Amino acid sequence: MSTLEEKKAAVVEDFMLFDDWMDKYEYLINLGKELEPLPEECRTEDRLIRGCQSRVWLDARMEEGKLVFRADSDALITRGIIALLVQVYSGRTPEEIAADDFGFLEQIGLKENLSPTRANGLVSMVSTIRQAAKENAR
Amino acid sequence: MRIETIRQEFPQLAGQVYGKPLVYLDNAATSLRPRSVVAKWEEMSTRYNANLHRAVHRMAQIATDEYESSRDALRDFIGAARREEIVFTSGATASLNLVAFCLGESMIREGDEILVAESEHHSDIIPWQQMCARKGAKLRVYPVEEDGSYDLERLESLLTDRTKILCIAQISNVLGIINPVREMAAVCHRHGCLILVDGAQGIVHLPVNVQDLDCDFYLFSGHKMYAAPGTGVLYGRLELLEQFPPYMGGGEMIATVRWEGSTFAAPPQRFEAGTQNISGVPTWKPAIETLRLLRDPQIEDEQARIRDFMLDALGSDPRIRLFGTAEPRAARIPLFSFAVEGAHHEDLALILDKFGVAVRSGQMCAEPLMDRFGVTGMLRVSFAPYNTLQEAEYAMEALRKAIKMLTE
Ligand SMILES: Cc1ncc(COP(=O)(O)O)c(C=O)c1O
Repeated sequence: MSTLEEKKAAVVEDFMLFDDWMDKYEYLINLGKELEPLPEECRTEDRLIRGCQSRVWLDARMEEGKLVFRADSDALITRGIIALLVQVYSGRTPEEIAADDFGFLEQIGLKENLSPTRANGLVSMVSTIRQAAKENAR
Repeated sequence: MRIETIRQEFPQLAGQVYGKPLVYLDNAATSLRPRSVVAKWEEMSTRYNANLHRAVHRMAQIATDEYESSRDALRDFIGAARREEIVFTSGATASLNLVAFCLGESMIREGDEILVAESEHHSDIIPWQQMCARKGAKLRVYPVEEDGSYDLERLESLLTDRTKILCIAQISNVLGIINPVREMAAVCHRHGCLILVDGAQGIVHLPVNVQDLDCDFYLFSGHKMYAAPGTGVLYGRLELLEQFPPYMGGGEMIATVRWEGSTFAAPPQRFEAGTQNISGVPTWKPAIETLRLLRDPQIEDEQARIRDFMLDALGSDPRIRLFGTAEPRAARIPLFSFAVEGAHHEDLALILDKFGVAVRSGQMCAEPLMDRFGVTGMLRVSFAPYNTLQEAEYAMEALRKAIKMLTE
């Protein structure tokens, strides 16, 4: 498995290939389609992330010292975004995640180019991941 | 009149998003602003800025004249019997809160019933819930039919001798169907019940005469009908407004102020506490002029063509479920809310945005109606008279591409 830095660099590189937002959306939609669905019983109120127009669930658990994330959403682009976050951050130590600045999201233009509700959704997703890291960090 | 001439008046229409021409189809949320309205706002802000009713100087006189003549223009525009029946507020929401509060204080007793239509905007639900909780009154729902219409016989059967008021939009911001509020008013009045008509969408699309409709309250927001944001109107029958206590205290809403107790001004001043929207209210006049200009046969024809095109296009795709299908076509405005099988409304809106098409997605401030139809949200496309058939065609093309991206 690549390191967190390598993974983020790879995502940034992928996004540099895209000419416009349609391409980025296509990419996110495909990520969304490939994401393993969260089992129905895990789509609970306490896993729901607030601040999104669509529903987004995030499940975090510790496995052998690493944080493992699983996520889902009823909207595809949001599903792609959360899938991207899962790809980058799942399987890392909580200390590593807690120390990360999530700056690559700005580099790939995800933050400023999404509608306000969506941007809030992204902020909520990021803070949920951070929170899980803080709670589990030693 | 040619649409191109009209479009010149709305500078934002010439704008671009992501390098594509802006196709603004979120008019039910707020309309674009014409030059004349912006010019009036600027004039009031840069030449005649002064507070109202209070000072004797020339600037205050002009500002007060502009403000009060807007009241006259509105009285004339909605056919109210008297200028005292026009209360300035900050918008439809403020008007609704005012009525709910004051009616609650003056006329509602424990066990009374308030009837609210199922498709109402949250602004016409929450103030009634709050008032009912305060007064021990009961909020009942007037159910909408499957096709988005309201049944008059059902209304008849819902009214009891405890029902004090029916609250319903002339046109719902989700369904786009013109409700028969005049007939509803007749039913209500026969049962000794008042009727409040939320005209936030209706006033934009229909000629309105409140005496002819025979409604007791009618209200709307300026920003949806070309005037400045932060302006609103409450029309109320004078004999009702006179029974209302003040809503907020302060400023020019008083008659006398003494430590042992104050007395209050007559309507409408009683309800206009504090410094009013001195730059915004005068924009009602150019806004009304714009609305009158837009009620032009050539433009209305184009609106009908857009309506037919959209209904045909949406109806021909089996994946699309339109909400509010009641006939005839002539009894609806060019506003369409729908869901697409297999494609989330938020995804669709995001992709349309990148095509330069601005639409609304989500619950549209009508959560109970979303529940009624069993959806988490809808996509809404709402046209204004400055929109063209060409824009409708472009939006549908973009929608088809978005659906394709999401479902294939
Ligand atoms: C039918 C209806 N009622 C009330 C409102 C509330 O208007 P405002 O937000 O301007 O107070 C709206 C606007 O969304 C509406 O469409």
